[in-house]
Amino acid sequence: MDNFTIGVVVFPGSNCDRDVSWALEGCLDIRTKYLWHESSDLSDVDAIVLPGGFSYGDYLRCGAIARFSPLINALDGFVKSGKRVLGICNGFQILTESGFLPGALVANKNLNFICDDVELDIVSSKGGWFNNGDEKQTIKLPIAHGQGRYHCDSDTLKKLVDNELIALRYKNNPNGSSFDIAGITNEKGNVLGLMPHPERACDETIGGTDGLHTLKSLILK
Amino acid sequence: MDQFAVKVFVRLRPSVLDPAGEATKSASIKLGAEGIKSLRIGKMIEVKIEGNGENEVREKIDLLCDRLFANTVIEDYEYSLEKL
Repeated sequence: MDNFTIGVVVFPGSNCDRDVSWALEGCLDIRTKYLWHESSDLSDVDAIVLPGGFSYGDYLRCGAIARFSPLINALDGFVKSGKRVLGICNGFQILTESGFLPGALVANKNLNFICDDVELDIVSSKGGWFNNGDEKQTIKLPIAHGQGRYHCDSDTLKKLVDNELIALRYKNNPNGSSFDIAGITNEKGNVLGLMPHPERACDETIGGTDGLHTLKSLILK
Repeated sequence: MDQFAVKVFVRLRPSVLDPAGEATKSASIKLGAEGIKSLRIGKMIEVKIEGNGENEVREKIDLLCDRLFANTVIEDYEYSLEKL
């Protein structure tokens, strides 16, 4: 992993890009590179993180405008080549809007912006994003979102369940998400979208390290 | 080239909970309005657009609605079109 470089995408309105970079570089000693949303050259990065925030001010819908950036257009080939993409919070919203992951994220059921630590069940370890042993595992990660209620139709939900694409479920559903879904992967497993913030749980001094495994797994082939 | 005024209405699909609509319904009742059975909030987008005839403009608006204005996973859309 000497030269392994993770691209951290910066949209106008991203606000977790530096947190992600800090967690990867400072806690895991993995090299990162900021990728401006207008860039479409992904040739010198080996994995990509779409960080949280409010890309393009969340205008129209969260992630709706970001979908049309040159970088997201270039992401299709990157994903098809099997390289790993992690979308956190607004990054998850962008991945659903752009069709890399099914479903959509809508306003929390109680309309509150929820900023809290939540307990999550690891449902599937598809793609190796989570450390899931033989026994059912639970992790604690922070959430911070107003529009994190996962929604999909019943056919999509069945497909998610049948193909083990549900990565994380809330133990105590905070936002009304269908089937308590907090994170899903694509069928290949190389794309993960989740509302919780693993980058905010990478050091004991800030309350936990349950996010380390997910960030570390970006370097998996 | 003809110019058209288009009004696009984007609504959450009936199966999608609309908490903002529910909150507004609750406030409407507190205001004293009686008889409200349902209240749901959508978006209206006004577009002025030119093209060679209505069919061509409709094609453009269909594309815009399907790919950008609405997320058809959670929203339905319809529009009206008026030649200027």
